[in-house]
Amino acid sequence: MTGRGREIALHGGLVALLAVLAFVLPAYHHGNVARVMVLAVYAMGYNLAFGYTGLLSLGHAMFFAAGMYGMGLPAYHLGLGAGLSFVAGLAAAAGLALAVGVLALRTAGVAFMIVTLMFSQAAYLTILLFGTYTRGDEGLVLTRASRVLAGVDLSDPMARYVAALGLFAVALFFTLWLVRQPEGRVLVAIRENEERAELLGYNVFRHKLAAIVLSGTMSGAAGAAYGLLFGYVGASFAEVQYSIFPLLWVLLGGAGTVIGPFLGTLFMFYLIDLSADITSAYMLIAGLALVLLTLFAPQGLGGEIRRRWAGWLP
Amino acid sequence: MSESFKPADPARRGALKTLAGAAAGAASLPLWARYAGAQSAEPIRIGFQMHATGIGAAYGRWYDRTTRAATSLINEAGGINGRPVEIVTEDDGTDPKRGAEVVEKFANQHNCDVGYGTLFSHVVMGSAPRAGELKMPYFVVSEGHHVASGALNRWTVQPGICDVKSQVLAMAPFVSQTLGKKVTMIFPDYAFGHDHRDFFSEAMAANGGEVIAKLAIPPTETSFTKYFPKIPRETEVIYHVMVGPAVLTFVKEMGEFFGPSRPEIFGFIDSLEAVDLSSPGLEFLEGTYFWEGMPRYAQPDQTPYDAHYRAAVGVDETGASVNDPKDVSTYAHMFGCWETLYVIKAGMEAAGYQGPADRQKLIEAVEAMTDMPHSNEHPQGAKRFNGKTHQVFGPQYISKLEGGRLDVIHTASLEETFYPDEVDYTARSF
Repeated sequence: MTGRGREIALHGGLVALLAVLAFVLPAYHHGNVARVMVLAVYAMGYNLAFGYTGLLSLGHAMFFAAGMYGMGLPAYHLGLGAGLSFVAGLAAAAGLALAVGVLALRTAGVAFMIVTLMFSQAAYLTILLFGTYTRGDEGLVLTRASRVLAGVDLSDPMARYVAALGLFAVALFFTLWLVRQPEGRVLVAIRENEERAELLGYNVFRHKLAAIVLSGTMSGAAGAAYGLLFGYVGASFAEVQYSIFPLLWVLLGGAGTVIGPFLGTLFMFYLIDLSADITSAYMLIAGLALVLLTLFAPQGLGGEIRRRWAGWLP
Repeated sequence: MSESFKPADPARRGALKTLAGAAAGAASLPLWARYAGAQSAEPIRIGFQMHATGIGAAYGRWYDRTTRAATSLINEAGGINGRPVEIVTEDDGTDPKRGAEVVEKFANQHNCDVGYGTLFSHVVMGSAPRAGELKMPYFVVSEGHHVASGALNRWTVQPGICDVKSQVLAMAPFVSQTLGKKVTMIFPDYAFGHDHRDFFSEAMAANGGEVIAKLAIPPTETSFTKYFPKIPRETEVIYHVMVGPAVLTFVKEMGEFFGPSRPEIFGFIDSLEAVDLSSPGLEFLEGTYFWEGMPRYAQPDQTPYDAHYRAAVGVDETGASVNDPKDVSTYAHMFGCWETLYVIKAGMEAAGYQGPADRQKLIEAVEAMTDMPHSNEHPQGAKRFNGKTHQVFGPQYISKLEGGRLDVIHTASLEETFYPDEVDYTARSF
């Protein structure tokens, strides 16, 4: 099988497997996997900036929240339908990513981390400041009517799963396509050696800005979908820990791999969930597992698979 | 193949022997086996959504203790519908996302009959939609106005603790008539603080008073000195409702600002739940007034219900743990867990609850509840449940901090906590 064939088989196989699981998983895991798929889209968005372009952001929660509130506010206050409000969420996240990118990309390295963290904190406080509309920290519960897309009630478990799978598949294949395009190669070149990429004639700022906008939009898509599928829009999703989570998921799953963000999100979700069944000190178990993984698989699960068995893994 | 039975010894001595043996045997059985007479000996599973970690952990610890104490008594008294009660605890990290996941876990993995015990409003808001979709009764102990405002669903009820709107409305007559007419409010700049700002401003105006300044403090603030000069000179009462770890700094800096000549000060004990009132820096609060959901200190006219509840949970007369006087309880709120569990019990018994198929009947039975008399089951006071708004109403207490302890000086009546219905959940579908 050619490299391209293997890539399509692997990623298509994952989507097919998830589709089959929709019919066999018990109710609890059915809901969990739907949630993991949405959060994996967030991680994939983060991976575009961090894993492929080398932009370590500590503020991606603002993009997730921009998508969530961009969708939720018009749905809640204006009664906009699910489709249009989702598009509004995408537009809000893309607009914010463009604005933040233009400013934050004037910095690099540690300064970039700090600037993105500050912008994200400002976004969080903005949500609280406009509490009259956002209900601040308490958040908004979306009505069931505002969660109906083309006649399908997204609060139905199977509809939720299928919608999450659809979004996940689009994000997965888009990432796979992008990293194989010249644009994707340039992003990797920037990650590996920014000066050399510039010397070769690439407009590094423009490519990094494109990466941030795509990354922010994908993160916003996950935020908008999360709000629609689970019915809640809240400021806690803009807090700093929701900027750290995608970094953790990507590091665990394998930065710079297409499949890694999904593996990392799935692993982290069930690590917390299962260890909570064993002990109330579940964060200790989770922390220990993370330390071990970092020691013995520093490139993450996907990175380790690529290193040991599948050098072709994109 | 069926086993053959030997007829019992008809002799009287033999019969007595058999009875005595059976009684001794029953007494030696484990607890679960004593419920074998019920239609099902399966326990009633109550999913307890606990804030074990995160910002709500201090509350969570005491909500847990109260829950275990009430459950123990309920089981000793025969359980619910002849079945033992089992508490299934899951930590939600005081996080709405995890809260929703925990609700799913209760419904789909632990096979809980109901979900229960959530305190922080944002966790309730994040979790309630999933409870509604899973059609699982969700009993919150939050004091948020979210239930009675109509923001949630038919499956979410708050029958054990009053909401912030009724608490605040009941304070305004006392503040206006006793402390002063001109009030400056200092509150955290997010939803909880905004509820206080809006409800209290409205209530003061209705009681002949006026809120002359509203100082919103950003949640990230760690020093408050720049806000105190904004307090108008003509202020007669300061109303504060700060929460979180910065509250000690807030009080200390307020004391340094005003010195010995200060206006009257009225606050919500939420600021100082689980905090020892003799902590350094809190001396300035001596002589100030507090709202309490239930009086932390045992009062001279302590009811037998409070004594019963206090002893069962393990709280001494100062509101601290009987095992550790430094471990101060969240006494003004945690009674809500106790009372909610007894409402669940009463609701299940009224509905003849047998299992998840009867969940709708349970909600309807709770909606049909009205008066709840002051009793061991409702030690905070007599209450009235509004089935339409899914919200309970009860008395509110105002205490004065004197000599390092809080003494109740005024009790707002049940009627003072009422306000017009904002929703009729009974008209909504399940």
